[in-house]
Amino acid sequence: MGRNELALTPPGHGRLWLLGALFLVTLPHLLRMPPWLSISCLLIFGWRLLHEVRGYDLPGRWLRYLIVFIGIAAVGAAYRTLLGPDAGVALLTVMLCLKLLELRTLRDAMIALFIGYFMVVGGFLFSQSIAMGGYLFLVVLALTATLIALNHPAGRLADYRLYLSTGGKLLLQSLPLMLLMFLLFPRLSNPLWSVPEQGPSARTGLSDTIEMGSISNLVQSQAVAFRVDFDGNVPAADALYWRGPVLWHTDGRRWERMQMPIQREPPAFEVLGEEVAYTVTLEPHRRRWIFALDLPLNRPRAANTAFYFLPDFQLLSEREVKEKLRYAMRSATAYRLDTLSPAMHAAATALPGIANPRTRRLAQQWLEEGITPAEIVQRGYRLFREQPFYYTRQPPQLGDDPVDEFLFSTRRGFCEHYASAFVTLMRAAGLPARIVAGYQGGEFNELGDYLIVRQSNAHAWAEVWLQEQGWLRVDPTTAVPASRVESSVDAARFQSTSSLDDGAGFAALRKLYRQFRYGWDALNHSWNQWVLGFDRQKQLELLRKLGLHTASWGWLAGIMVGLVMAVVALIALLTLFRRPPRRDPVARLYQRFCDKLAKAGLPRQLDEGPTDFAARVSAARPELASAVQRISQLYIRLRYTRHGGTQDIESLRRLVREFKAQI
Amino acid sequence: MLAFWRHLFRRDRPESGPVTLGRRRVYIIPTRSGIIFAVILLAMLIGAINYQNSLAFALTFLLASLALVSMIHAVRNLYGLRLTRGHPQPVFAGDTARFALSLENRNGPARFALRLMLDGQQPITLDLTQNGGQWIELCRHAPRRGYLSAGRITLYSRYPLGLFHAWSNLNLAMSCLVYPRPDQERGLPPQMLQERGSAGDQGRGSDDFASLRPYHVGDSLRHIHWKALAREQGLMTKQFGGGITEELWLHWEQLGNLGQEARLSRLTRWVLEADELGLAYGLSLPDLAIPPGRGERHRRRCLEALALFGLVDGEAPHGPQ
Repeated sequence: MGRNELALTPPGHGRLWLLGALFLVTLPHLLRMPPWLSISCLLIFGWRLLHEVRGYDLPGRWLRYLIVFIGIAAVGAAYRTLLGPDAGVALLTVMLCLKLLELRTLRDAMIALFIGYFMVVGGFLFSQSIAMGGYLFLVVLALTATLIALNHPAGRLADYRLYLSTGGKLLLQSLPLMLLMFLLFPRLSNPLWSVPEQGPSARTGLSDTIEMGSISNLVQSQAVAFRVDFDGNVPAADALYWRGPVLWHTDGRRWERMQMPIQREPPAFEVLGEEVAYTVTLEPHRRRWIFALDLPLNRPRAANTAFYFLPDFQLLSEREVKEKLRYAMRSATAYRLDTLSPAMHAAATALPGIANPRTRRLAQQWLEEGITPAEIVQRGYRLFREQPFYYTRQPPQLGDDPVDEFLFSTRRGFCEHYASAFVTLMRAAGLPARIVAGYQGGEFNELGDYLIVRQSNAHAWAEVWLQEQGWLRVDPTTAVPASRVESSVDAARFQSTSSLDDGAGFAALRKLYRQFRYGWDALNHSWNQWVLGFDRQKQLELLRKLGLHTASWGWLAGIMVGLVMAVVALIALLTLFRRPPRRDPVARLYQRFCDKLAKAGLPRQLDEGPTDFAARVSAARPELASAVQRISQLYIRLRYTRHGGTQDIESLRRLVREFKAQI
Repeated sequence: MLAFWRHLFRRDRPESGPVTLGRRRVYIIPTRSGIIFAVILLAMLIGAINYQNSLAFALTFLLASLALVSMIHAVRNLYGLRLTRGHPQPVFAGDTARFALSLENRNGPARFALRLMLDGQQPITLDLTQNGGQWIELCRHAPRRGYLSAGRITLYSRYPLGLFHAWSNLNLAMSCLVYPRPDQERGLPPQMLQERGSAGDQGRGSDDFASLRPYHVGDSLRHIHWKALAREQGLMTKQFGGGITEELWLHWEQLGNLGQEARLSRLTRWVLEADELGLAYGLSLPDLAIPPGRGERHRRRCLEALALFGLVDGEAPHGPQ
């Protein structure tokens, strides 16, 4: 029954819709593909368009096979593979374009359209931003409108509003169902099988080695490193040290991490102040370490990822972070940490080679003065304040003895200069010291009530071990007085977590811009948290809030199916069994008139117009003729002409009433 | 459930009155495209699970919901439609019978891409506006004389998304009277014209003009009052008092050497010829004699007698004609 309908030619307006919608769906992919491949695809779109509009011939069968072969070879040549998301989606794009050259039947058109829907998923593999989500939702609307156009043979191009509004209505009605499925569909905590690598291919953010100049490049970037939601109060600005890689080994210029055994739980230490609880949403940076406030108290909790500690409180994820990662943490900002194994002691005091002799001599000099280690730390810190050190993003190039040159001649540097110079100085004085890289501070987004930490917050500081105090954090950069900081942004860094209140010119404008930026960032953050980050963990959380504590896979599926069916039934009830709209009064009055005559033995025939009927009734019942004629004429005037207003309806009502009394 | 299947597969008894498509008359199954769509959704779901991609999940669920919603809309596209049968005009065997049908969209929004077809025939497609109605004609070849039943009428639609096929089967008790195919040999045999008797002018001449009435389909063109049309009074038909001046009998026995269907065919031709010439004619069949007369009604009566000759319940005879 009607099966051969799919073999029919799709309607012409539907074919144009299809071309447009498929163009929209392939557009993001065309922009990512190599230009020569994209241009070839566009040429095929053009060919099909000319075929539709001007009647140009499509290629014959053998030419088509040749083009398909070239298409596959081209993707293979461009990507060196046909597998993986990049090459796979490119292949799908090219094949979809080639399908346009042989699209003849309604079946072809429908399948091309379904592949279009599938390509939308392909788009989400590369970006799940709000903008992409919004664009692809519009694409879905266009695809749906196209589907309607294809299934409406009598349509014309001018009916586009019908298709868009019908498609929009269908999608709107689908939204509650979608929400139910999205929230209740049982989520797995692991993929079905391992997937090829994806996500940003370049590593971003902090590196695990520090050289003079490596962080100052990073701080130019306003990109977000991570966002933090605090469960309680936000700690003071000077406590916001986000610990990352800890660097032990140096060759005098370059600092590196140390090989250490991993452990599941954080090393023990003494908590002195209050605990801070928070959740970090880390942007993918393709590295294994993650960031926590100094010092982390617990193993982070996150879905699908395990974490490890190193003895120096570095936190590692089991694999590189390629997607946004959310993890809940607790930290203590006031603590006492004593751990210093012999191996650590050896590493923390090593100063190999003969580089930086003047620095060594200065430390030696301090030791000869016989001052205590705590005083040596004080001396080192005060050095940067008392001598004319400048804090700058454009430090001069340094030669073979970089610390010597920085400490004694150039005296211009960024945080990594200060940290490495300080640690070198301490080690030269025999004190165990190490560099900690990470982020410091952050902007507080009051609209979203969370902290944004950007790449520009990247920082490096020092930790020195003292017999009486354990590991002590020393941030030598803070020793430089604000007057010697070149950039006002840098000067503000350690002052406050929120830098909204700078009263300079354009203050209002800047404030507005900030508000906008914070608003946008807050929106992104919620999107990440509630849409992209909705996983098994969040699902269980939500169900618990709804009072469902034992939500097994089967239960959840059952509840989802039940609720979906209930909503479908509800929509069906609302659309199908709605009270019929009242017919217009004119038709109702005329119907009453006809009913009365039918009772009197003069039913109106189906194919009888009002004039014929009136003539027949007049002939059969001459005494009613005048009333019948008047009613019929008024009815015709109201029904079939543009004249006639409410007073005519009133007189029709009166006439019908009189007529019913008369008969 | 059992009742449902019985309902689904039972051959509906013919219905005569207008039929409104209610809840229990509209059925729905996924189309082949719908099944392909489901397979693609499954692929999307697997992709979403594997890549743990929230927006892929969202899109998969959105499209699944879209399919479910489109199911409701596919039913709604047919739901509440009112169908009324028309009266099919008789045709000759070998011609196309036209079954007129009125579709009314009494309460509900506009309907699109409705398709109606008789069993085994090509469907016709139409849209209905809100509160709109339309008369349509479903055609079927009429191979044999007798009553040709319209048979089962299927109203179906795949609107809006083509993922579901909603349909309703109707048996509207519509049948078209099929006259025998007129014989190819034209003209009345000359001897018959001579034989025609003079059963008597009953005082009312052939041009005894009685009245005018509005034209109806089927009226002889020769009786149209062309002058009235020229005066822009519309199509009017002249009615005659109907005096009979010349009459002839069309006899079954006159065609002794022919088979039954051939005789009926020849007689049909004669009836048409006689009517064309404006003659008064009578029809004599083995079991029936129609006294001479003329005019539309008489012609119809004769042709109907020929159409139904020897048939039980008007069923078309089986086997070779």
